[in-house]
Amino acid sequence: MGGRAGAPRASGGTTGRERGDRFKRSSMVQLTLVRFREFIREPEAVFWTFIFPILLAAGLGIAFRQRGPDKVLIGVVTSSPGSAAVIQSLAKDSTLVVTAYDDSAAARALRTGKVALLVVPGSAKDSVRYVYDRGRSEAVNARLMVDRAVQIGAGRVDAVRATDTYVTEAGSRYIDFLIPGLLGMNLMGSSIWGLGFSIVTARSKKLLKRLMATPMSRAQYLLSYLCSRLVFLILEVVTLVGFGHWAFGVPLRGSLATLFLICLLAAISFGGLGLLTASRAKTTEAVSGIMNFIMLPMWIFSGVFFSSANFPHTVQPVIKLLPLTAVNDALRANMLEGASLAALSPQLLVIVVWGVVTFFAALKLFRWR
Amino acid sequence: MVTPFDNSAPALRVEGLRKAYDDVVAVDGLNLQVLTGECFGLLGPNGAGKTTTIEICEGLLTADSGSVEVLGRHWESDARDLRELLGIQLQDTQLSEKLTVDETLTLFQSFYRDARDVGEVIDHVDLSEKRYSRVGGLSGGQKQRLAVACALVGNPQLLFLDEPTTGLDPVSRRQLWELISQFQAEGRTIVLTTHYMEEAERLCDRVAIVDHGHVIALGTPQELIDAVDVSHLPPPEPRKTSATLEDVFVSLTGRTLRDE
Ligand SMILES: Nc1ncnc2c1ncn2[C@@H]1O[C@H](COP(=O)(O)OP(=O)(O)OP(=O)(O)O)[C@@H](O)[C@H]1O
Ligand SMILES: [Mg+2]
Repeated sequence: MGGRAGAPRASGGTTGRERGDRFKRSSMVQLTLVRFREFIREPEAVFWTFIFPILLAAGLGIAFRQRGPDKVLIGVVTSSPGSAAVIQSLAKDSTLVVTAYDDSAAARALRTGKVALLVVPGSAKDSVRYVYDRGRSEAVNARLMVDRAVQIGAGRVDAVRATDTYVTEAGSRYIDFLIPGLLGMNLMGSSIWGLGFSIVTARSKKLLKRLMATPMSRAQYLLSYLCSRLVFLILEVVTLVGFGHWAFGVPLRGSLATLFLICLLAAISFGGLGLLTASRAKTTEAVSGIMNFIMLPMWIFSGVFFSSANFPHTVQPVIKLLPLTAVNDALRANMLEGASLAALSPQLLVIVVWGVVTFFAALKLFRWR
Repeated sequence: MVTPFDNSAPALRVEGLRKAYDDVVAVDGLNLQVLTGECFGLLGPNGAGKTTTIEICEGLLTADSGSVEVLGRHWESDARDLRELLGIQLQDTQLSEKLTVDETLTLFQSFYRDARDVGEVIDHVDLSEKRYSRVGGLSGGQKQRLAVACALVGNPQLLFLDEPTTGLDPVSRRQLWELISQFQAEGRTIVLTTHYMEEAERLCDRVAIVDHGHVIALGTPQELIDAVDVSHLPPPEPRKTSATLEDVFVSLTGRTLRDE
C-alpha cells in the first residue's frame, strides 16, 4: 500500500509478545472471541444450554425411576379357627402385606381396594377360599402368590427346585433412553438458536452490513460460529453425559471417541440447518417462527422423550430421515448398545447429507445485508 | 495505484448513477467528482438519495446503471483492495451491545492489514474513559463516536461519514470537526453528509446539494452562498450581512427539512 500512513509492520522475529500480537490481530481469533463473549454475556443462553437440560434430566430421571417389587396387600378373615395358621404362612413371604379383618370390615376393605384379595380360611383345616376380582391383574397375581405361600406353609414340597436371580439392567431404564435424546435435542437447539438469533440480530441491526464494508472474510465470519460451537459442544456433551453417568449410572458402552464424533458431526450438521434458518430472515421474530417450525416436529417425531417407534409404520421411513432421529438413534446405539462406528454408518450418512445440503443451500440464499 | 497527495486525481468519480427501489427512484443520474485530499459534503433533504449514493460508493449496494470509480479502482475488480482503503460509518448501524469499546475496535482492527493502534483511536475520538465499558451502556453520542472510531481504525485513505455529527453535543461535534480536519491535513479524503449547514460551511472544501436523486448545485460553500438570489428568501428576520449556506439550501430545495 504505497504512501499509506501508519507504523511499518514488524516482520521476522517470533518473540512471545509478537506471537501474542499476531494472535490478537488474527481476525479468525477475534471473530471467535466475539462469539464466546456474546454467548457468555447472555445469562439466559447459558441457562438454556447447560443448566436446563440437566434439570430436565434430573426431574424426569427421578420421576420415572424404578422402584423395588410392589407390595401385595392381602386381607385375612379371622372369624374361622384356621386363620392363625394361614397368617403365619403368609408372613413368610415378604412381598405380602397381611391385615386381619372381621367379616364386615373384610368386605369393605376389598370393596374399597385396600386389599387386592381376601383369604377366607375354611372351617376344615385343609381348605381355604380366595375372594377377588378376576378382572384385575394385581388380584390374579395376588392369588398366585398367596396360594403358593399357603401351600408351602401347609407342607407342599415343590417338584422342581427353582432359584431367582434379580437384575436391574442399566440401559433399559427411562433415564438411559432419555439422556441420549436430550443430548441430541440440545445439540440441535444450541446450533439452531445459537446461529439463528445471533446472525439475524446482526442483520437486523445492520451490523452484518457494517462488517461487509470491512475486508472481513465471509467464510471466516461463518466459520467463527462453527469454532465457538465446537468448544461449547464439548462442554455440553461433558456436562449432560457426565451428569447422566455419575448421577444415574447411564451406561457409556461405546467408544467415547465415536460418541464425540457423532456429536461433532451433529453439531456441524445442525449448524448448517441453523445457517439455513438464518439465511434470509430480517427480524428475530421471523427467525423464531422459522426455528420453531423446523424444530417442533423433530422434538415430537425424532424420539427425544419417547420412542419414535410409537408412530405408524407408514411414516417411519420419513422419521428415519430426519436429522434429529439419526442423531438420537446413533447416540443411543453408541451409549446403550456399544455399537461400532461401522454399524452407525446409515445414521452418520443421514447426518452428513443434511449438513452438506443445508450448508450449501444457506450459502446460496444468505442475505449479507 | 493512487498516491494520496496527488491532488489532480479524483478520489471518487461517479457518473450517471441510477438506483431505483420498488416504489421510488432513489438516485437518478447523479454525477460527482471528489478530489484527493478534499473534504466533500453531500447535502440535501431527507430522502434525497444521499445515503443510497454513499452506499453505492462504499460497495454495499449495486447501482442499476452508471459508473463508480473509487481511488482509481472499481468494485467489480478490486473489492478487496478497496475495503482495505475505505473507512466507513453508516447512518444506522448498531454495534454489538455485549462487547466493550476496546473489544469492538480490536475486532475491526483485526480485519485490516495496516491498522491503527486501538488505544490511539479511542483517544482520538475521546472515549478513553469508556474503553472497557460495554457498548450497550454508551450514550447515543458516544456510540456515534465509536462508529467513527471503527471507520478510522483501518487507517483508511478515504473516509465516508453518513451524518457523523447527528446526535452529538456541541463539544463532541467540535471534537469530531477537529478530527476530520486532522485526517484531511494528512492528505486524505473525506466524503460526508450532514443536515447542519454551519458544519458544511466550516468543514467542507466543496459541497453538492442533492435533491430527488441528482445534484442540483455544486461548488465551494462560498460560491454557492454568493449565487443566492436574496429576493427569493423568506421574509427577513434580523439578518447577518450575508447569506448563509442555510439560505442556499432553503432557496434551492424550498424547505429546511423535507420528508418524503
Ligand atoms: N431499502 C430501501 N427500500 C426501499 N426504498 C428505499 C430503501 N432505502 C432508501 N429508500 C428510498 O430511497 C430514497 C432515498 O433514500 P436515502 O436513504 O438515500 O435518503 P437520504 O438522502 O440519505 O435521506 P436522509 O437525509 O433522511 O438520511 C428515499 O425515498 C427512501 O425512501
Ligand atoms: Mg441518509
